[in-house]
Amino acid sequence: MPSLSEFLIVAALLFGLGIAGIILNRKNIIVLLMSIELILLSVNTNFIAFSYFLGNMIGQVFVFFVLTVAASEAAIGLAILVVLYRKRGTIDVQNLDALKG
Amino acid sequence: MAELFTPLHLIFYLFATIAVCSAVAVITVRHPVRSVLSLVVTFFAMAGLWMLLRAEFLSLILLLVYVGAVMTLFLFVVMMLNIDIEYRQSGFVRYVPFGIILILLMVGLMIAAVGPTYFGIALMPAPQQEAANYSNISHLGALLYTEYAYPFEIAGVLLLAAIIAAITLTHRAPLRRKVQNPNDQIAVRPEDRVRLINMPSEPKQEGV
Repeated sequence: MPSLSEFLIVAALLFGLGIAGIILNRKNIIVLLMSIELILLSVNTNFIAFSYFLGNMIGQVFVFFVLTVAASEAAIGLAILVVLYRKRGTIDVQNLDALKG
Repeated sequence: MAELFTPLHLIFYLFATIAVCSAVAVITVRHPVRSVLSLVVTFFAMAGLWMLLRAEFLSLILLLVYVGAVMTLFLFVVMMLNIDIEYRQSGFVRYVPFGIILILLMVGLMIAAVGPTYFGIALMPAPQQEAANYSNISHLGALLYTEYAYPFEIAGVLLLAAIIAAITLTHRAPLRRKVQNPNDQIAVRPEDRVRLINMPSEPKQEGV
């Protein structure tokens, strides 16, 4: 059986790639949402790995809830994206400057 | 530990390599559809890893719900939006060195923190193999329906709220509705609808 640290390292790599997708992405919001999904996936992997190696089932229960929240987040995010595209005709990150941020 | 390279290691490294490579593809590929498909591959590989960790139910949920529903939703939205393929990469290059240094620093720090020094197989040994009739789903369900019943119901309400929010956001009222107007229906008079005209009767034509 691979050790716990190997699972955690894979999760850390996925987390770093998700953060990299958010920082480097200047293209569109869809890739941003997918980076968030990557980050959530790595966090869930951490939960499950610890749950297995500590013999504690509650980590899996928490992953269940995280998946629920992530699914609703993706649904609402994509809905906002569709409305945004209807209004502006673009989903470029750089063009979204209505709030002057 | 003496056990160096078991078949489980082989499966682990196979899935881990696939997951990391396709995660790289998610953030570097320029076409959004390919990006979504790479994310699907990542989910498949991570579901394999979860299966290795004896989380069968969550692994299948990841495949069925995430790949089957959420990623399909992503794919539909990407295809529906009709984004132009050739992106201008103007701002992209400017942030690359700073971003890569930051990411490498962070990931290096995390790997140093979770490395074999603290979470190696000697310090955290794998638990005993479960019995053949061990059921992950029944254990998870027993926990979920007793101790975590209240959060479970809150999760259901959250999903309902998400459904309503998504429909409210994207639903467009139709421009021309075919609705009855009772006022008009009651106020109508026979003269508006039927016109009685006087005309001479036509003679019967032969041979028709």
